[in-house]
Amino acid sequence: MVMKVISADHAVAWGVRLARTEVIPAFPITPQTLIMELLAEFINDGELDADFIPAESEHSVLSIAVGASAGGVRTFTATSSQGLAFMFEMLYAAPHIRLPIVLVNVNRSLGAAAGIWLEHNDSMAARESGWMQVYVEDNQEALDMVLQAYRIAEDQRVMLPMMVCLDGFVLSHTVERVDLPDQYDVDSFLPKFKPLHVLDTEEPRVMNPITPPDYAMEMRYQLDRVMHDSRQVIAEVDELFGEKFGRRYGGLFEEYRMERAEYALMALGTAVTTARSVVDELRERGEKVGLIKLRFMRPFPGEELLAATGQLKALGVFDRSISFNGFGPVYTETKAALHSLDIPITDHIGGLGGRDLTMDEMREIFAMLKSDAVKDPQRQVYWHGLRGPQL
Amino acid sequence: MTEISKMTLRDVANKDYFLWGHGACPGCGVAIAVKNLMKIFGPETIVYVPASCLVVFGAQYPISAFDVPFFFTAFENTGAVTTGIRAAMKRKGKKPLVVGFAGDGGTFDIGLQALSGAADRNEDIIYVCLDNEAYMNTGIQMSGATPFGAWTTTSPAGKLIKGKRRHKKDLGAIVAAHGVPYMATLSIAHWNDFIRKAEKAKQVEGFRFLHVLTPCVPGWRSEAAKSMEIARLAVETGMWTLYELEKGQAEVTYKPKKMEPVTEYLKLQGRFAHMVPEDINELQKWLCMKWWAHYKDEVDAPPCRIYEAEKPVAHDGDPLHGV
Repeated sequence: MVMKVISADHAVAWGVRLARTEVIPAFPITPQTLIMELLAEFINDGELDADFIPAESEHSVLSIAVGASAGGVRTFTATSSQGLAFMFEMLYAAPHIRLPIVLVNVNRSLGAAAGIWLEHNDSMAARESGWMQVYVEDNQEALDMVLQAYRIAEDQRVMLPMMVCLDGFVLSHTVERVDLPDQYDVDSFLPKFKPLHVLDTEEPRVMNPITPPDYAMEMRYQLDRVMHDSRQVIAEVDELFGEKFGRRYGGLFEEYRMERAEYALMALGTAVTTARSVVDELRERGEKVGLIKLRFMRPFPGEELLAATGQLKALGVFDRSISFNGFGPVYTETKAALHSLDIPITDHIGGLGGRDLTMDEMREIFAMLKSDAVKDPQRQVYWHGLRGPQL
Repeated sequence: MTEISKMTLRDVANKDYFLWGHGACPGCGVAIAVKNLMKIFGPETIVYVPASCLVVFGAQYPISAFDVPFFFTAFENTGAVTTGIRAAMKRKGKKPLVVGFAGDGGTFDIGLQALSGAADRNEDIIYVCLDNEAYMNTGIQMSGATPFGAWTTTSPAGKLIKGKRRHKKDLGAIVAAHGVPYMATLSIAHWNDFIRKAEKAKQVEGFRFLHVLTPCVPGWRSEAAKSMEIARLAVETGMWTLYELEKGQAEVTYKPKKMEPVTEYLKLQGRFAHMVPEDINELQKWLCMKWWAHYKDEVDAPPCRIYEAEKPVAHDGDPLHGV
């Protein structure tokens, strides 16, 4: 095991290298580009035996990845924001064709009021595409989840693509200490890729023809069930990874200081780190607060969350994006999953467009959760760190 | 095996890899082209088809007319998906032909960027553009390949504006500008030329581009039995020039005996029925400029005599220049 001080982008590149990925189509976009730069260096220095394909757009990048994966080789790519939006059409191709591509999305705000800074409105929009989606908290987890992502995605019970989402700049360009696993250990954790179906002249098959109404609906249902059942594999792989490398992430979500907690916040990405500190602080004062680190948006762990939140008096959900329908996407999903839970569940929106998310805002959220404010049925959404009045 | 330069119809194996039972219209140029290209490409071929008529009539779950691996995903990514398939085959030490069959919309317009990327990277693929000069699959809409004057549902023959107002985009020049190893235009009415070019494309390594003019019965408003005749007249009138480009050298591969007036081509197709004399003259003049550039003075062009005064003083004889 080697310790390195590297950014999350570079940690991802190391993960891709250790996974012995074979085809890597690439197109630059900030803040993802560092991943592709380091992978290009690995390949040109002869340290990674892979084909690097500099495509002319993100749409082509994912098209190339789909073609390569259909050809039966392990494939990786990465993007951000506008790049992910440009890939959108092809995002919908990979899941039904059962192509376990791993894509790292370095979260960055998408669209006008343009910027290159952190927001989750790029990947959240892709959650209906059929990709698994995991959000990571630190650089180590970024590397580890690339390895886990291949293991989960390529499991014959799953065979779905996975998007590993990491926070732009806060992680992508920030260095932390990262353990680089031994190649030997990775090789024993991650078997060679065995595709479910493959384009091969020795066994000609039709992949993804036009599918008439007689069949398409059943295929949708199958995909929905596969996504649902992938939860079991996610849990197994986290356990297996823990045995091998000594690090466990809790699978679908991690419970932090939830023992006898009465008030809890659920967050994802780097917001979790900020919330952890505030929970520690409040626990020291004897307050019964806890934290749920949501890791997977797809599959969304609804049933598991219900079991983990049963004892709460109030639950807050942190959203780093807004659906322009009053609510953030994590809140909408959570509220639907916990509909049978008779407690106040509120949405807390912050850190949009790269706005700093501070410990004071986290303290403010916990203070609200304990107050009568969250019991107001007319008011479920609070923006934090917003200038001007909130209606 | 017969030398490629001498190949004719009888040298083609009588085995189909694009089979009966597909759903194309009678007289469909695309089906004729694909059936015969697949005979030449053979069983060691992986086919990608983007959104097009071919994807609809070629394979619908759970049946397929292709007796080789077949893949489809979207409209604009033929150059990219074939790149990915080729990369996977390379990693696995396999060497099948990787062939993309795209339409003119999927090539001239929405697929141009991915085409350029693949050509620029000199991907080891065969890109076939099946050019029926409009978005036929969606119901005959104008594309960059639609010729001047032609009716389509988005270039209707109105009271004020009659048909498309721009000439056909010179795709060949765009592809050639990428310095590709091999590129050729094909006609379904010139079989020996067709076979020789397809066979050569099969042998060459790197990016190969085959551009086939494929008459479309409903889109061109023509008779099913006339597709061959229309394809032949396209060459005889200068609407389609048969040439190839290899290692930077462009060469005309078939010279008509003399130029036929464009009206001979137009009158077989309802899509041109509304054309007024000024528009026919405009199209004829454009064809004459092209004709002189492609054939120099080697082939007589009676319909062009009235434009003699406007004839370019000099040209380099490169069929790719002067369109």
